[in-house]
Amino acid sequence: MRPMGIWIVVGVLVLLVVSVILLFNRLVALRNRVDNGWSQIDVQLRRRYDLIPNLVEAVKGYATHEKTLFEDITRARTEAQAAGDVGQQASAENQVTAGLGKLIAVAENYPELKANENFLALQEELTGTESKIAYARQFYNDQVMRLNTAIQSFPSNLIANLFKFTPREFFEIDDPGTRGPVAVDMT
Amino acid sequence: MYEQIASNKRKTIFLIVGAFVFLGLFGFLLGAVFTRSLAEGLIWMVVGLIIAGIQSFAALRYGDKMVLAATRARLVTPEEDPRLHNLVEGICIAAGLPKPAVYIVPEQAPNAFATGRDPEHSSIAVTQGLLDMMNRVELEGVLAHEISHIADRDMLVNTLVATLVGAVVLVSEFFLHWSFFGGRGRDSGGEGGGIAGVVMIFVGILLLVLAPLAAQLIKMAVSRKRELLADANGALLTRYPPGLASALRKIAGASNAMRSTNDATAHLWLNQPSRFEGTKQGFLEKLVQTHPPLEERIKLLEEM
Repeated sequence: MRPMGIWIVVGVLVLLVVSVILLFNRLVALRNRVDNGWSQIDVQLRRRYDLIPNLVEAVKGYATHEKTLFEDITRARTEAQAAGDVGQQASAENQVTAGLGKLIAVAENYPELKANENFLALQEELTGTESKIAYARQFYNDQVMRLNTAIQSFPSNLIANLFKFTPREFFEIDDPGTRGPVAVDMT
Repeated sequence: MYEQIASNKRKTIFLIVGAFVFLGLFGFLLGAVFTRSLAEGLIWMVVGLIIAGIQSFAALRYGDKMVLAATRARLVTPEEDPRLHNLVEGICIAAGLPKPAVYIVPEQAPNAFATGRDPEHSSIAVTQGLLDMMNRVELEGVLAHEISHIADRDMLVNTLVATLVGAVVLVSEFFLHWSFFGGRGRDSGGEGGGIAGVVMIFVGILLLVLAPLAAQLIKMAVSRKRELLADANGALLTRYPPGLASALRKIAGASNAMRSTNDATAHLWLNQPSRFEGTKQGFLEKLVQTHPPLEERIKLLEEM
Protein backbone atom coordinates (compact mmCIF):
# COMPACT_ATOMS: atom_id res chain seq x y z
CA MET A 1 0.00 0.00 0.00
CA ARG A 2 2.86 2.38 0.82
CA PRO A 3 4.33 2.68 -2.73
CA MET A 4 0.82 3.39 -4.01
CA GLY A 5 0.49 6.32 -1.58
CA ILE A 6 3.81 7.80 -2.70
CA TRP A 7 2.79 7.64 -6.31
CA ILE A 8 -0.42 9.49 -5.58
CA VAL A 9 1.50 12.25 -3.79
CA VAL A 10 4.01 12.45 -6.66
CA GLY A 11 1.17 12.56 -9.19
CA VAL A 12 -0.59 15.40 -7.39
CA LEU A 13 2.68 17.34 -7.12
CA VAL A 14 3.46 16.90 -10.82
CA LEU A 15 -0.08 18.03 -11.67
CA LEU A 16 0.34 21.08 -9.46
CA VAL A 17 3.68 22.07 -10.99
CA VAL A 18 2.38 21.57 -14.53
CA SER A 19 -0.69 23.72 -13.87
CA VAL A 20 1.43 26.49 -12.30
CA ILE A 21 3.66 26.45 -15.41
CA LEU A 22 0.65 26.55 -17.75
CA LEU A 23 -1.02 29.40 -15.87
CA PHE A 24 2.22 31.36 -15.70
CA ASN A 25 2.87 30.93 -19.44
CA ARG A 26 -0.66 32.03 -20.24
CA LEU A 27 -0.21 35.20 -18.20
CA VAL A 28 3.09 35.93 -19.94
CA ALA A 29 1.47 35.42 -23.35
CA LEU A 30 -1.38 37.78 -22.43
CA ARG A 31 1.02 40.41 -21.11
CA ASN A 32 3.11 40.21 -24.28
CA ARG A 33 -0.01 40.70 -26.36
CA VAL A 34 -0.85 43.83 -24.38
CA ASP A 35 2.67 45.16 -24.98
CA ASN A 36 2.38 44.31 -28.65
CA GLY A 37 -0.99 46.09 -28.78
CA TRP A 38 0.54 49.15 -27.18
CA SER A 39 3.41 49.26 -29.67
CA GLN A 40 0.85 49.09 -32.51
CA ILE A 41 -0.85 52.18 -31.07
CA ASP A 42 2.54 53.85 -30.69
CA VAL A 43 3.46 53.25 -34.34
CA GLN A 44 0.22 54.84 -35.53
CA LEU A 45 0.48 57.79 -33.13
CA ARG A 46 3.99 58.50 -34.41
CA ARG A 47 2.75 58.38 -37.96
CA ARG A 48 0.17 60.99 -37.02
CA TYR A 49 2.80 63.20 -35.35
CA ASP A 50 4.78 63.08 -38.60
CA LEU A 51 1.70 64.06 -40.59
CA ILE A 52 0.78 67.10 -38.48
CA PRO A 53 3.56 69.53 -39.62
CA ASN A 54 2.87 68.63 -43.28
CA LEU A 55 -0.86 69.18 -42.86
CA VAL A 56 -0.34 72.48 -41.05
CA GLU A 57 2.02 73.62 -43.83
CA ALA A 58 -0.48 72.65 -46.53
CA VAL A 59 -3.34 74.53 -44.85
CA LYS A 60 -1.14 77.53 -43.91
CA GLY A 61 -0.60 78.35 -47.57
CA TYR A 62 -4.34 79.06 -48.00
CA ALA A 63 -5.77 79.86 -44.55
CA THR A 64 -3.42 82.64 -43.43
CA HIS A 65 -5.36 84.00 -40.42
CA GLU A 66 -5.78 80.76 -38.45
CA LYS A 67 -2.58 81.31 -36.52
CA THR A 68 -3.93 80.32 -33.06
CA LEU A 69 -5.29 77.06 -34.46
CA PHE A 70 -1.90 76.13 -35.92
CA GLU A 71 -0.21 76.96 -32.64
CA ASP A 72 -2.75 74.91 -30.65
CA ILE A 73 -2.18 71.84 -32.79
CA THR A 74 1.58 72.15 -32.65
CA ARG A 75 1.45 72.52 -28.86
CA ALA A 76 -0.91 69.52 -28.49
CA ARG A 77 1.47 67.48 -30.64
CA THR A 78 4.48 68.37 -28.48
CA GLU A 79 2.57 67.53 -25.31
CA ALA A 80 1.40 64.21 -26.71
CA GLN A 81 4.94 63.25 -27.69
CA ALA A 82 6.10 63.95 -24.13
CA ALA A 83 3.24 62.03 -22.45
CA GLY A 84 4.24 59.43 -19.86
CA ASP A 85 1.69 56.75 -18.96
CA VAL A 86 -1.35 55.43 -20.79
CA GLY A 87 -3.81 57.85 -19.15
CA GLN A 88 -1.74 60.96 -19.95
CA GLN A 89 -1.18 59.75 -23.50
CA ALA A 90 -4.91 59.22 -23.99
CA SER A 91 -5.87 62.72 -22.84
CA ALA A 92 -3.06 64.35 -24.87
CA GLU A 93 -4.19 62.41 -27.97
CA ASN A 94 -7.71 63.69 -27.45
CA GLN A 95 -6.33 67.24 -27.75
CA VAL A 96 -4.50 66.31 -30.96
CA THR A 97 -7.60 64.69 -32.43
CA ALA A 98 -9.75 67.71 -31.57
CA GLY A 99 -7.19 70.10 -33.11
CA LEU A 100 -6.96 68.05 -36.32
CA GLY A 101 -10.75 67.96 -36.53
CA LYS A 102 -10.83 71.77 -36.41
CA LEU A 103 -8.03 71.97 -39.00
CA ILE A 104 -9.95 69.79 -41.45
CA ALA A 105 -13.13 71.79 -40.76
CA VAL A 106 -11.25 75.02 -41.54
CA ALA A 107 -9.89 73.49 -44.74
CA GLU A 108 -13.47 72.87 -45.86
CA ASN A 109 -13.84 76.67 -46.29
CA TYR A 110 -11.13 76.87 -48.94
CA PRO A 111 -12.19 75.27 -52.22
CA GLU A 112 -8.71 75.64 -53.79
CA LEU A 113 -7.20 73.84 -50.82
CA LYS A 114 -9.75 71.05 -51.07
CA ALA A 115 -8.80 70.58 -54.71
CA ASN A 116 -5.07 70.55 -53.93
CA GLU A 117 -3.69 67.10 -54.69
CA ASN A 118 -1.06 67.23 -51.97
CA PHE A 119 -3.69 68.15 -49.40
CA LEU A 120 -6.02 65.38 -50.58
CA ALA A 121 -3.23 62.82 -50.24
CA LEU A 122 -2.47 64.11 -46.73
CA GLN A 123 -6.16 63.96 -45.84
CA GLU A 124 -6.38 60.29 -46.98
CA GLU A 125 -3.25 59.55 -44.94
CA LEU A 126 -4.81 61.24 -41.91
CA THR A 127 -8.15 59.44 -42.25
CA GLY A 128 -6.31 56.14 -42.68
CA THR A 129 -4.06 56.77 -39.71
CA GLU A 130 -6.93 57.86 -37.46
CA SER A 131 -8.87 54.70 -38.21
CA LYS A 132 -5.73 52.63 -37.62
CA ILE A 133 -5.31 54.36 -34.25
CA ALA A 134 -8.91 53.45 -33.47
CA TYR A 135 -8.35 49.82 -34.49
CA ALA A 136 -5.07 49.60 -32.59
CA ARG A 137 -6.86 51.00 -29.55
CA GLN A 138 -9.63 48.42 -29.95
CA PHE A 139 -7.08 45.59 -30.16
CA TYR A 140 -5.10 46.94 -27.20
CA ASN A 141 -8.18 47.34 -25.00
CA ASP A 142 -9.35 43.82 -25.88
CA GLN A 143 -5.98 42.42 -24.83
CA VAL A 144 -5.92 44.52 -21.64
CA MET A 145 -9.35 43.18 -20.76
CA ARG A 146 -8.19 39.59 -21.24
CA LEU A 147 -5.06 40.16 -19.16
CA ASN A 148 -6.95 41.91 -16.37
CA THR A 149 -9.60 39.20 -16.31
CA ALA A 150 -6.92 36.54 -16.01
CA ILE A 151 -5.16 38.46 -13.23
CA GLN A 152 -8.39 38.84 -11.26
CA SER A 153 -9.97 35.41 -11.72
CA PHE A 154 -9.25 32.20 -9.82
CA PRO A 155 -6.90 30.30 -9.97
CA SER A 156 -4.67 32.45 -12.19
CA ASN A 157 -4.89 35.31 -9.64
CA LEU A 158 -2.73 33.23 -7.27
CA ILE A 159 0.03 32.96 -9.85
CA ALA A 160 -0.42 36.61 -10.86
CA ASN A 161 0.05 37.71 -7.24
CA LEU A 162 3.03 35.44 -6.76
CA PHE A 163 4.85 36.74 -9.84
CA LYS A 164 3.63 40.37 -9.58
CA PHE A 165 1.51 40.61 -12.70
CA THR A 166 -0.32 43.94 -12.50
CA PRO A 167 -3.51 44.96 -14.32
CA ARG A 168 -3.01 47.42 -17.19
CA GLU A 169 -4.80 50.64 -17.93
CA PHE A 170 -7.29 50.93 -20.80
CA PHE A 171 -6.61 53.46 -23.54
CA GLU A 172 -9.77 55.55 -23.38
CA ILE A 173 -10.98 58.40 -25.52
CA ASP A 174 -13.49 60.74 -23.87
CA ASP A 175 -15.24 61.81 -27.04
CA PRO A 176 -17.22 58.91 -28.52
CA GLY A 177 -17.71 60.93 -31.74
CA THR A 178 -14.01 60.65 -32.55
CA ARG A 179 -14.34 57.04 -33.65
CA GLY A 180 -17.70 57.24 -35.45
CA PRO A 181 -17.29 55.34 -38.73
CA VAL A 182 -20.32 57.26 -40.01
CA ALA A 183 -18.43 60.54 -39.66
CA VAL A 184 -15.66 59.75 -42.15
CA ASP A 185 -16.01 61.19 -45.62
CA MET A 186 -18.01 59.02 -47.96
CA THR A 187 -15.81 59.12 -51.03
CA MET B 1 -12.08 31.28 -33.08
CA TYR B 2 -9.47 28.74 -31.92
CA GLU B 3 -11.94 25.90 -32.39
CA GLN B 4 -12.55 27.09 -35.93
CA ILE B 5 -8.85 27.19 -36.68
CA ALA B 6 -8.49 23.64 -35.35
CA SER B 7 -11.53 22.49 -37.30
CA ASN B 8 -10.15 24.05 -40.49
CA LYS B 9 -6.80 22.36 -39.97
CA ARG B 10 -8.62 19.02 -39.51
CA LYS B 11 -10.57 19.69 -42.70
CA THR B 12 -7.31 20.39 -44.52
CA ILE B 13 -5.86 17.04 -43.49
CA PHE B 14 -9.13 15.32 -44.35
CA LEU B 15 -9.13 16.93 -47.79
CA ILE B 16 -5.57 15.87 -48.52
CA VAL B 17 -6.20 12.28 -47.38
CA GLY B 18 -9.45 12.40 -49.36
CA ALA B 19 -7.55 13.53 -52.44
CA PHE B 20 -5.19 10.53 -52.14
CA VAL B 21 -8.03 8.04 -51.67
CA PHE B 22 -10.16 9.58 -54.38
CA LEU B 23 -7.44 9.92 -57.01
CA GLY B 24 -6.04 6.47 -56.16
CA LEU B 25 -9.44 4.81 -56.52
CA PHE B 26 -10.28 6.92 -59.52
CA GLY B 27 -7.08 5.91 -61.24
CA PHE B 28 -7.61 2.23 -60.39
CA LEU B 29 -11.25 2.10 -61.54
CA LEU B 30 -10.69 4.01 -64.74
CA GLY B 31 -7.56 2.05 -65.53
CA ALA B 32 -9.33 -1.25 -64.86
CA VAL B 33 -12.44 -0.23 -66.76
CA PHE B 34 -10.74 1.00 -69.89
CA THR B 35 -7.95 -1.56 -70.14
CA ARG B 36 -9.91 -4.40 -68.53
CA SER B 37 -6.86 -5.62 -66.64
CA LEU B 38 -6.23 -5.53 -62.92
CA ALA B 39 -2.49 -4.98 -63.33
CA GLU B 40 -2.99 -1.88 -65.46
CA GLY B 41 -5.61 -0.72 -62.95
CA LEU B 42 -2.95 -0.86 -60.25
CA ILE B 43 -0.49 1.06 -62.41
CA TRP B 44 -3.09 3.76 -62.91
CA MET B 45 -3.78 3.76 -59.18
CA VAL B 46 -0.11 4.55 -58.57
CA VAL B 47 -0.34 7.28 -61.19
CA GLY B 48 -3.39 8.63 -59.35
CA LEU B 49 -1.55 8.61 -56.02
CA ILE B 50 1.46 10.37 -57.52
CA ILE B 51 -0.84 12.99 -59.01
CA ALA B 52 -2.48 13.39 -55.58
CA GLY B 53 0.93 13.87 -53.97
CA ILE B 54 2.10 16.47 -56.47
CA GLN B 55 -1.28 18.12 -56.35
CA SER B 56 -1.41 18.37 -52.54
CA PHE B 57 2.11 19.74 -52.34
CA ALA B 58 1.44 22.28 -55.08
CA ALA B 59 -1.90 23.24 -53.54
CA LEU B 60 -0.38 23.93 -50.12
CA ARG B 61 2.69 25.63 -51.50
CA TYR B 62 1.42 27.52 -54.54
CA GLY B 63 -2.38 27.30 -54.19
CA ASP B 64 -2.74 31.02 -53.51
CA LYS B 65 -0.63 31.88 -56.58
CA MET B 66 -2.73 29.53 -58.74
CA VAL B 67 -5.98 31.04 -57.51
CA LEU B 68 -4.70 34.58 -58.05
CA ALA B 69 -3.50 33.66 -61.54
CA ALA B 70 -6.82 31.97 -62.37
CA THR B 71 -8.70 35.14 -61.42
CA ARG B 72 -6.16 37.38 -63.25
CA ALA B 73 -5.51 39.34 -60.03
CA ARG B 74 -2.83 42.06 -60.12
CA LEU B 75 -0.69 43.10 -57.12
CA VAL B 76 -1.21 46.73 -56.05
CA THR B 77 1.21 48.93 -54.11
CA PRO B 78 0.23 51.36 -51.31
CA GLU B 79 1.14 54.25 -53.66
CA GLU B 80 -1.31 53.07 -56.31
CA ASP B 81 -4.26 52.74 -53.94
CA PRO B 82 -3.59 54.30 -50.53
CA ARG B 83 -7.24 54.04 -49.44
CA LEU B 84 -7.42 50.26 -50.00
CA HIS B 85 -4.08 49.67 -48.27
CA ASN B 86 -5.00 51.89 -45.31
CA LEU B 87 -8.24 49.99 -44.77
CA VAL B 88 -6.61 46.55 -45.04
CA GLU B 89 -3.85 47.58 -42.62
CA GLY B 90 -6.34 49.04 -40.13
CA ILE B 91 -8.47 45.90 -39.95
CA CYS B 92 -5.39 43.71 -39.67
CA ILE B 93 -4.33 45.77 -36.66
CA ALA B 94 -7.77 45.21 -35.14
CA ALA B 95 -7.52 41.48 -35.80
CA GLY B 96 -3.89 41.28 -34.65
CA LEU B 97 -2.77 39.80 -37.99
CA PRO B 98 0.12 40.64 -40.33
CA LYS B 99 -0.93 42.62 -43.39
CA PRO B 100 -1.69 40.41 -46.43
CA ALA B 101 -0.63 41.19 -50.00
CA VAL B 102 -3.31 43.26 -51.74
CA TYR B 103 -4.57 42.42 -55.25
CA ILE B 104 -7.07 43.92 -57.67
CA VAL B 105 -9.06 41.73 -60.08
CA PRO B 106 -9.92 43.50 -63.37
CA GLU B 107 -13.62 42.73 -63.19
CA GLN B 108 -16.60 45.10 -63.09
CA ALA B 109 -18.83 43.01 -60.81
CA PRO B 110 -18.30 43.95 -57.12
CA ASN B 111 -16.66 41.02 -55.31
CA ALA B 112 -13.67 40.01 -53.17
CA PHE B 113 -11.79 36.97 -51.83
CA ALA B 114 -8.90 35.96 -49.56
CA THR B 115 -6.39 33.16 -50.15
CA GLY B 116 -3.19 31.71 -48.71
CA ARG B 117 -1.98 28.94 -46.40
CA ASP B 118 -1.49 30.95 -43.17
CA PRO B 119 -1.77 34.61 -42.09
CA GLU B 120 1.94 35.14 -42.83
CA HIS B 121 1.40 34.01 -46.43
CA SER B 122 -1.99 35.44 -47.25
CA SER B 123 -3.45 37.60 -49.99
CA ILE B 124 -6.64 39.58 -50.29
CA ALA B 125 -8.15 40.44 -53.67
CA VAL B 126 -10.96 42.83 -54.57
CA THR B 127 -12.50 43.53 -57.97
CA GLN B 128 -12.18 46.92 -59.66
CA GLY B 129 -15.98 47.11 -59.57
CA LEU B 130 -16.00 46.82 -55.78
CA LEU B 131 -13.51 49.69 -55.45
CA ASP B 132 -15.52 51.89 -57.80
CA MET B 133 -18.88 51.17 -56.22
CA MET B 134 -18.25 51.14 -52.46
CA ASN B 135 -17.60 54.03 -50.10
CA ARG B 136 -15.02 53.81 -47.35
CA VAL B 137 -17.29 52.27 -44.70
CA GLU B 138 -18.71 49.64 -47.06
CA LEU B 139 -15.30 48.69 -48.40
CA GLU B 140 -14.09 48.35 -44.82
CA GLY B 141 -16.99 45.97 -44.07
CA VAL B 142 -16.13 43.79 -47.07
CA LEU B 143 -12.42 43.73 -46.21
CA ALA B 144 -13.20 42.80 -42.60
CA HIS B 145 -15.26 39.84 -43.86
CA GLU B 146 -12.34 38.63 -45.98
CA ILE B 147 -9.78 39.21 -43.23
CA SER B 148 -11.83 37.12 -40.81
CA HIS B 149 -11.61 34.32 -43.41
CA ILE B 150 -7.83 34.69 -43.05
CA ALA B 151 -8.01 34.76 -39.24
CA ASP B 152 -10.01 31.53 -38.93
CA ARG B 153 -8.06 29.79 -41.77
CA ASP B 154 -11.13 29.38 -43.99
CA MET B 155 -8.92 30.61 -46.80
CA LEU B 156 -6.62 27.58 -46.38
CA VAL B 157 -9.50 25.14 -46.88
CA ASN B 158 -10.98 27.32 -49.63
CA THR B 159 -7.71 27.49 -51.53
CA LEU B 160 -7.18 23.75 -51.20
CA VAL B 161 -10.70 23.04 -52.41
CA ALA B 162 -10.22 25.38 -55.38
CA THR B 163 -7.11 23.52 -56.51
CA LEU B 164 -8.65 20.09 -55.75
CA VAL B 165 -11.78 20.82 -57.72
CA GLY B 166 -9.66 22.20 -60.50
CA ALA B 167 -7.59 18.99 -60.52
CA VAL B 168 -10.63 16.67 -60.42
CA VAL B 169 -12.22 18.48 -63.34
CA LEU B 170 -8.94 18.33 -65.23
CA VAL B 171 -8.41 14.61 -64.56
CA SER B 172 -11.93 13.59 -65.48
CA GLU B 173 -11.74 15.62 -68.67
CA PHE B 174 -8.44 13.95 -69.51
CA PHE B 175 -9.97 10.48 -69.06
CA LEU B 176 -13.03 11.45 -71.04
CA HIS B 177 -10.90 12.42 -74.03
CA TRP B 178 -8.64 9.42 -73.62
CA SER B 179 -11.54 6.97 -73.47
CA PHE B 180 -13.17 8.44 -76.57
CA PHE B 181 -10.05 8.48 -78.69
CA GLY B 182 -7.56 5.99 -77.26
CA GLY B 183 -10.17 3.58 -75.87
CA ARG B 184 -12.12 3.25 -79.08
CA GLY B 185 -9.08 2.20 -81.11
CA ARG B 186 -8.39 -0.61 -78.64
CA ASP B 187 -12.03 -1.72 -78.76
CA SER B 188 -12.09 -2.31 -82.52
CA GLY B 189 -8.79 -4.20 -82.35
CA GLY B 190 -9.60 -6.53 -79.43
CA GLU B 191 -12.62 -8.72 -78.79
CA GLY B 192 -14.47 -5.84 -77.08
CA GLY B 193 -18.15 -6.39 -76.30
CA GLY B 194 -19.23 -8.72 -73.52
CA ILE B 195 -21.75 -7.77 -70.84
CA ALA B 196 -18.96 -7.24 -68.25
CA GLY B 197 -17.21 -4.78 -70.53
CA VAL B 198 -20.38 -2.80 -71.17
CA VAL B 199 -21.12 -2.62 -67.43
CA MET B 200 -17.59 -1.43 -66.71
CA ILE B 201 -17.76 1.28 -69.37
CA PHE B 202 -21.09 2.34 -67.90
CA VAL B 203 -19.52 2.57 -64.43
CA GLY B 204 -16.66 4.57 -65.91
CA ILE B 205 -19.00 7.07 -67.52
CA LEU B 206 -21.01 7.29 -64.29
CA LEU B 207 -17.81 8.14 -62.41
CA LEU B 208 -16.98 10.82 -64.93
CA VAL B 209 -20.37 12.40 -64.38
CA LEU B 210 -20.26 12.00 -60.61
CA ALA B 211 -16.73 13.32 -60.08
CA PRO B 212 -17.39 17.00 -60.75
CA LEU B 213 -20.70 16.75 -58.90
CA ALA B 214 -18.99 15.26 -55.85
CA ALA B 215 -16.43 18.02 -56.01
CA GLN B 216 -19.25 20.57 -56.02
CA LEU B 217 -20.82 18.93 -52.97
CA ILE B 218 -17.53 19.17 -51.06
CA LYS B 219 -17.37 22.85 -51.90
CA MET B 220 -20.91 23.44 -50.69
CA ALA B 221 -20.39 21.63 -47.41
CA VAL B 222 -17.27 23.66 -46.88
CA SER B 223 -18.47 27.19 -47.32
CA ARG B 224 -22.12 28.09 -46.69
CA LYS B 225 -22.26 28.43 -42.91
CA ARG B 226 -18.82 29.97 -42.77
CA GLU B 227 -19.91 32.93 -44.85
CA LEU B 228 -22.38 33.89 -42.12
CA LEU B 229 -19.67 33.39 -39.50
CA ALA B 230 -17.25 35.57 -41.45
CA ASP B 231 -19.96 38.25 -41.75
CA ALA B 232 -20.36 38.21 -37.97
CA ASN B 233 -16.63 38.14 -37.22
CA GLY B 234 -16.05 40.92 -39.75
CA ALA B 235 -18.68 43.05 -38.02
CA LEU B 236 -16.93 42.34 -34.73
CA LEU B 237 -13.72 43.76 -36.18
CA THR B 238 -15.21 46.97 -37.57
CA ARG B 239 -17.79 47.21 -34.73
CA TYR B 240 -20.12 48.46 -37.43
CA PRO B 241 -22.40 45.82 -39.06
CA PRO B 242 -24.31 48.35 -41.25
CA GLY B 243 -21.14 48.86 -43.33
CA LEU B 244 -21.10 45.30 -44.68
CA ALA B 245 -24.92 45.20 -44.83
CA SER B 246 -24.91 48.26 -47.07
CA ALA B 247 -22.14 46.74 -49.24
CA LEU B 248 -24.11 43.50 -49.66
CA ARG B 249 -27.22 45.49 -50.56
CA LYS B 250 -25.25 47.28 -53.28
CA ILE B 251 -23.93 43.92 -54.53
CA ALA B 252 -27.48 42.51 -54.65
CA GLY B 253 -28.55 45.49 -56.74
CA ALA B 254 -25.51 45.44 -59.02
CA SER B 255 -26.49 45.06 -62.67
CA ASN B 256 -23.22 43.65 -63.98
CA ALA B 257 -22.69 39.92 -63.80
CA MET B 258 -19.23 38.49 -63.41
CA ARG B 259 -17.70 37.89 -66.80
CA SER B 260 -15.37 35.01 -66.04
CA THR B 261 -17.13 32.51 -63.82
CA ASN B 262 -14.92 29.61 -62.93
CA ASP B 263 -16.38 26.56 -61.20
CA ALA B 264 -13.20 25.89 -59.25
CA THR B 265 -13.03 29.34 -57.62
CA ALA B 266 -16.75 30.17 -57.19
CA HIS B 267 -16.79 29.40 -53.45
CA LEU B 268 -13.87 31.72 -52.71
CA TRP B 269 -15.70 34.94 -53.43
CA LEU B 270 -17.56 37.22 -51.06
CA ASN B 271 -20.66 36.66 -53.16
CA GLN B 272 -21.19 33.67 -55.45
CA PRO B 273 -20.37 34.68 -59.04
CA SER B 274 -23.29 34.27 -61.39
CA ARG B 275 -23.83 34.42 -65.11
CA PHE B 276 -27.07 36.26 -64.46
CA GLU B 277 -27.84 39.80 -63.39
CA GLY B 278 -28.72 40.83 -59.83
CA THR B 279 -29.94 38.10 -57.50
CA LYS B 280 -31.22 35.86 -60.31
CA GLN B 281 -29.54 32.46 -60.59
CA GLY B 282 -29.53 29.67 -63.10
CA PHE B 283 -30.93 26.23 -62.19
CA LEU B 284 -27.49 24.64 -61.90
CA GLU B 285 -26.16 27.55 -59.86
CA LYS B 286 -28.98 27.10 -57.37
CA LEU B 287 -28.25 23.39 -57.16
CA VAL B 288 -24.58 23.90 -56.34
CA GLN B 289 -25.05 27.09 -54.34
CA THR B 290 -21.89 27.82 -52.36
CA HIS B 291 -23.20 30.87 -50.48
CA PRO B 292 -26.30 31.65 -48.41
CA PRO B 293 -28.67 34.09 -50.14
CA LEU B 294 -27.66 37.76 -49.83
CA GLU B 295 -31.03 38.71 -48.31
CA GLU B 296 -30.43 36.32 -45.42
CA ARG B 297 -26.95 37.71 -44.80
CA ILE B 298 -28.18 41.33 -44.89
CA LYS B 299 -31.02 40.50 -42.49
CA LEU B 300 -28.63 38.88 -39.99
CA LEU B 301 -26.29 41.88 -40.13
CA GLU B 302 -29.17 44.28 -39.55
CA GLU B 303 -30.21 42.34 -36.46
CA MET B 304 -26.77 42.66 -34.85
